[in-house]
Amino acid sequence: MNPAKRCGRKAILASLLVLVALWPLAAWAHVESGQAGGFLSGLSHPVSGLDHVVAMIAVGLWGAQLGMPALWVLPVAFPMLMAFGGMLGLIGIPLPGVEIGIALSAVVLGALVLGRVRLPLAVAVIVVACFAVFHGHAHGTELQAGQNAMLYSLGFVIATGLLHGVGITSGLIQRWEPGAQILRGAGALVMAAGLYFLWGAAT
Amino acid sequence: MKRLGLLPWLAAGLAALPGAAQAHLVNSGLGPFYDGALHLLLSPGDLLGLLALALLAGLRGTTAARAAVTALPTALLLAGLIGLTLPVIPNLAWLSTLAFMLLGVLVAFDVRLPPVIIAALAGVYGTLLGLLNGSTLATMDAGVGSLLGIVLTAFMLVLLASAAVVPLHAFWARITVRVAGSWVVAVGMLMLGWLAQGAV
Repeated sequence: MNPAKRCGRKAILASLLVLVALWPLAAWAHVESGQAGGFLSGLSHPVSGLDHVVAMIAVGLWGAQLGMPALWVLPVAFPMLMAFGGMLGLIGIPLPGVEIGIALSAVVLGALVLGRVRLPLAVAVIVVACFAVFHGHAHGTELQAGQNAMLYSLGFVIATGLLHGVGITSGLIQRWEPGAQILRGAGALVMAAGLYFLWGAAT
Repeated sequence: MKRLGLLPWLAAGLAALPGAAQAHLVNSGLGPFYDGALHLLLSPGDLLGLLALALLAGLRGTTAARAAVTALPTALLLAGLIGLTLPVIPNLAWLSTLAFMLLGVLVAFDVRLPPVIIAALAGVYGTLLGLLNGSTLATMDAGVGSLLGIVLTAFMLVLLASAAVVPLHAFWARITVRVAGSWVVAVGMLMLGWLAQGAV
């Protein structure tokens, strides 16, 4: 090969290497650290897991089907009982079969919405309370290091409450005749998702 | 040439000495009053307690709200002045958590308390906040100016929040307030767990 050509290639190669070495990396600006990170982490945590999302929405849907007073009793009771489950997890009290319990919550709540089952208020609260404890035990304790525990808890509780709100608001379509059927269809979807989660938890 | 001897080593040693940690209030750049105000606004536990107290007072009507709005800042100021003279109070996060949880329970269950009891609750909560904040301010070399910032901010927050709740008569609006109370309880329960775990 012509020495001049070889020299030219080497120069190009060296230039390319220098170019790659000096290429600026994309700047990943992130402001959500520390305190703000705790709140955003808590806020996004319930929304990031489909198992939690469908069960929370199903609580709202079922409350809408049951009407007064379950419509407001369930969303008032759920956060407190969920936090109670979280507290049990934090103080080290184990809860066997948490993942199965969470998957079952979607199956049972979905079935209740699908069947438009009307249970007495006390029984409805007990059913929801049992599942709330499982959800709190599994999800309420996942604080990342360096983040503010109180703001994480606040974000977690607010996001869960807002998911109930989505369920209740969506459940209002039952006032419209076809809407009641659509609502039952949504229950079937929740139940199917629960069965999928149950399959995943059992295997 | 004159030899420096041990002098550079001494200087290097002094430079390497760890300084005492000087805890200080958040610096607003606007003076101690606003530093105090900002200190309260950046304390989520205190804010939750004040919010729950305002919701509770607001749910019980104008008389109860006026009683709370009077009792809270008075107690907060007096206890804060005492707190400024006290030695450092040990970390009582669990006590303030239990306090805002109790207020949240009263809101969530819409417990019908007379205005006198609401005023007493506001006074007790104000005393607790005052002692804790006053003692904290003393350790940060902050004084009465910062305490006044805390007191007036707490007063404004409770005044505005309770005034927003008092006119709510629609069933749904009152339920929303009770749901907010249940959220305060839920945060408190999780906080108790974190405190027991030692993560806070």
